[in-house]
Amino acid sequence: MLIQLARRLVIALAATVLVAAPALAQDITGAGATFPAPIYSSWGEDYAKAGGSRLNYQALGSGAGVTQIINRTVDFGASDSPVATERLEKEQLLQFPAVIGAVVVIVNVPGVDGTKIRLTGEALGEIYVGRIRLWDDPKITTLNPTLKLPRIPISPAYRADSSGTTSIFTKYLSSVSPIFKERTGAGNSVAWRTGLGAPGNAGVAAAVKNIKGGIGYVEFAYAAENGMQALQLANGSGKFVTPTVPGFLQAAEQADWNNAKNMAATMLNMPGDNSWPIVSATYILVPRNPKDPARTQSVLKYVDWSFRNGAATADRLHYIMLPTAVQDRVRAQWATLTPAGKPLWPAN
Amino acid sequence: MNTPATPAIGARKIHPADTTFRLSLHAAGAIVVIVLLSILAIMFMGGKLAFDTFGLGFIWGTEWNPVTQIYGALPAITGTLVTAILALCIAWPIGFGIAFFLTETCPEKLRTPLGVAIELLAAVPSIVYGMWGFFVLAPFMSEYVQPWLTNTFLWIPPIGDSFFWFTAPPIGVGMLTAALILAVMILPFIAATTRDVLLSTPQLLKDGAYAMGATRWEALTGVVIPAVRGSLFGAVFLGLGRALGETMAVVFVIGNAIRMPDSLMAPSATIASVVANNFPEAEPGTLDLAVLLALGFILFVVSFGVLAVARLLLRQERMS
Amino acid sequence: MKQLTAATRARYFRRQLVDRIMGGLCIAAAGVGLILLALILWMLFSNGLGGLTLDVFTRPMSQPGSGGGLANAIVGSLLQVGVGAMIGAPLGMMVGVYLSEVGKGSRFASVVRFVNDILLSAPSVLIGLFVYQIAVLPFGGFSGIAGSIALALIAMPIVARTTEDILRLVPQAYRDGAIALGSRENEVVRKVVLPAAFGGILTGVLLAVARIAGETAPLLFTSLGNDVWSTDMTQPMASLPMAIVRYSNTPYPEWVSLAWTGAMLITVGVLVLNIASRFSYAAVAGKQGG
Repeated sequence: MLIQLARRLVIALAATVLVAAPALAQDITGAGATFPAPIYSSWGEDYAKAGGSRLNYQALGSGAGVTQIINRTVDFGASDSPVATERLEKEQLLQFPAVIGAVVVIVNVPGVDGTKIRLTGEALGEIYVGRIRLWDDPKITTLNPTLKLPRIPISPAYRADSSGTTSIFTKYLSSVSPIFKERTGAGNSVAWRTGLGAPGNAGVAAAVKNIKGGIGYVEFAYAAENGMQALQLANGSGKFVTPTVPGFLQAAEQADWNNAKNMAATMLNMPGDNSWPIVSATYILVPRNPKDPARTQSVLKYVDWSFRNGAATADRLHYIMLPTAVQDRVRAQWATLTPAGKPLWPAN
Repeated sequence: MNTPATPAIGARKIHPADTTFRLSLHAAGAIVVIVLLSILAIMFMGGKLAFDTFGLGFIWGTEWNPVTQIYGALPAITGTLVTAILALCIAWPIGFGIAFFLTETCPEKLRTPLGVAIELLAAVPSIVYGMWGFFVLAPFMSEYVQPWLTNTFLWIPPIGDSFFWFTAPPIGVGMLTAALILAVMILPFIAATTRDVLLSTPQLLKDGAYAMGATRWEALTGVVIPAVRGSLFGAVFLGLGRALGETMAVVFVIGNAIRMPDSLMAPSATIASVVANNFPEAEPGTLDLAVLLALGFILFVVSFGVLAVARLLLRQERMS
Repeated sequence: MKQLTAATRARYFRRQLVDRIMGGLCIAAAGVGLILLALILWMLFSNGLGGLTLDVFTRPMSQPGSGGGLANAIVGSLLQVGVGAMIGAPLGMMVGVYLSEVGKGSRFASVVRFVNDILLSAPSVLIGLFVYQIAVLPFGGFSGIAGSIALALIAMPIVARTTEDILRLVPQAYRDGAIALGSRENEVVRKVVLPAAFGGILTGVLLAVARIAGETAPLLFTSLGNDVWSTDMTQPMASLPMAIVRYSNTPYPEWVSLAWTGAMLITVGVLVLNIASRFSYAAVAGKQGG
């Protein structure tokens, strides 16, 4: 009967599967933040082509990345927000920045060019707690005297899934808007007082696109690839700036790396002519006491190769490389990894 | 009795093959129970911290704030129940209607293709339903349906002082849209299962009814349905199960606002969507993870309650 | 006599009217179903066909701009859905048989039935969570096997419920006849009752396969996904739903297009399975002189 045949086929398939080639010992697994996923994967592919280990990076989210590396189920974790010092010490993890990105604010205001709208951090904070509800509110029109803003409600959109992007955005708002800090606060996931949550960058972008008067926050790479209208924000010097790569770099270079604990230097609300106020590094975490030091060393070799050879890819995918001085600091940190006495860096 | 070899009525010698047969089936049943108990145990142990921190008040707490670490489950529970029940109310008649059509009035040649088409709806991945809901249905709702609903139903008095039925800014996503998407998703389950149940009813029953002069509808409602009522309810349970537990699609269309909704069109959240959105970031040992597991535990209890009530109603129907 | 006829005639018209109206509503219902299906399929195909090239089947996932495909995700899905169905469907059938044939009326059977229905409504994300605790953490890593177990746990209650529903409708006369001919209990079930209900059981299994083929949440924390070509089920494994989630949430048009193609492939794959199994069932039933 057909069932007998099917049964035999299935057993054969199962046998093949279980006997199939095991993964190579050098494959490295990473998990965590969605924001750097495209660049880590691309670098991983280029690295493998150049003869290095194969990388399997899965974007589960920053918190998941931290959880997985704590559980040691992956070789490295990736998080958009830095982990607290106590936690790093308790879980024996080394944290270092890998790449830089920016968060921009997109809008959909009928009849108005979104890129010309200017907001201060305070106004943005008040929008997201529901204090400013209409686009022609005086607090907005005084900042934009030349624009004809319509009298329609503002519909703020946020990330439904807890994410590092939310963490960066809410940290920024908390630092520039006292009322936002008081009523909502910062974190991967917060209790938004108003608005709607959409899944992922794509969700937020679509929500803004579909709702007249919508406003939302997305990663720069997302806005750039999809040609979205991102508004201007006031930076640390009070100047209104548009989000540009030189602007992100300028913010990154001013970060106080000397005093940053665990290399978690803030790049939010930096002063300067072009500095964009919502810039952040994204971090990689490796164990200080790995079961298999060779695997951790593979991770370091991959990152080092990407630092030296990954600029073109980063540019193409709209990411910002760490300034070279910072890269050297990172390598110096690697040299402090000495499981079983021998430092893991420089490698061999 | 002068034939001692004949066993008494009802007592047969049980062949070893039958013993194995029975044992393995019992084992299968036992596995099911063990699985559920294990899941409940893990949910409960993991969620204990939440109940320790907030007590039973966690169940009717209305504030969900990860920053201040104050959590309450009521918004998620409300969203889950409202969307599932509403979805079932919408999908049930349509699903049954499709099944009746397929088994009774549909022309022979169309029967198989139509049946396959309905099952195809079940083949669509849940994430596609979410995307369809978000990119196609939500704008439609926000442009046309929601403003119309708001204008038409303005006269309904609010419940308490905040629950307005249809007055929320027309953002397109929310409980109503989520209920609609869920209805579309459970439709093929109800339709396909009901169709199979109807097809399996003995022709004798229907012939008897027709012989007495019943119309098709009367034959169905008066004779067939009462005969297969139990199995039909099974179809409904399938649908309810999917509606309560659906995750990915809901995340797209419910608006993900973990606040008490003030309208049927307001953005809301379900237990499944809250867990899916927050689990990746929730770290073991923290309150953040405990509340998610506690929510999962509550959902199982809610399903338990809903199913128990449904069974009670069914038993009463049978007895009357 | 005349009055009686008039009243009867009126009642007859009313009954016919009800029948017509209900018939019409049923057609409308079918129409609604078809329209929905058309809308969704249109969205799927209009977005997915564009990315459908041979590369999708032959090249594994890779970075945007380098012409990757979905090969490893397709294979990973086939493996995990296959193994998950292989575990979940037979188990579900056994539970269904138990509930309908052997355990009828027993206390334990009521409990099992109830528990099964609760499992039916378990959110897929919680099943994934559960399997993470028992099959990922203790073994120190994600694996295709864990993913398959999660899928099996979702498929099993569906198959159990549909199997029981269908078996209940097999006329008792079949069983009595078999017993009268001297069959043992397991023979009655295997050789008479199950074949009689096969069509319905098949529907149940197909519904379950359709469901698990498109599920993402249970795979998130069990098989994780894998960029590297691998058929090793003890390692993280790629799957189409994971690829879709991943790709759809990125800014790169090639990846978004691949996400749609992946979704289309899942739907078409399940449809093909559906049609193929129905045809083979019909062929087999025909051969047996049905």
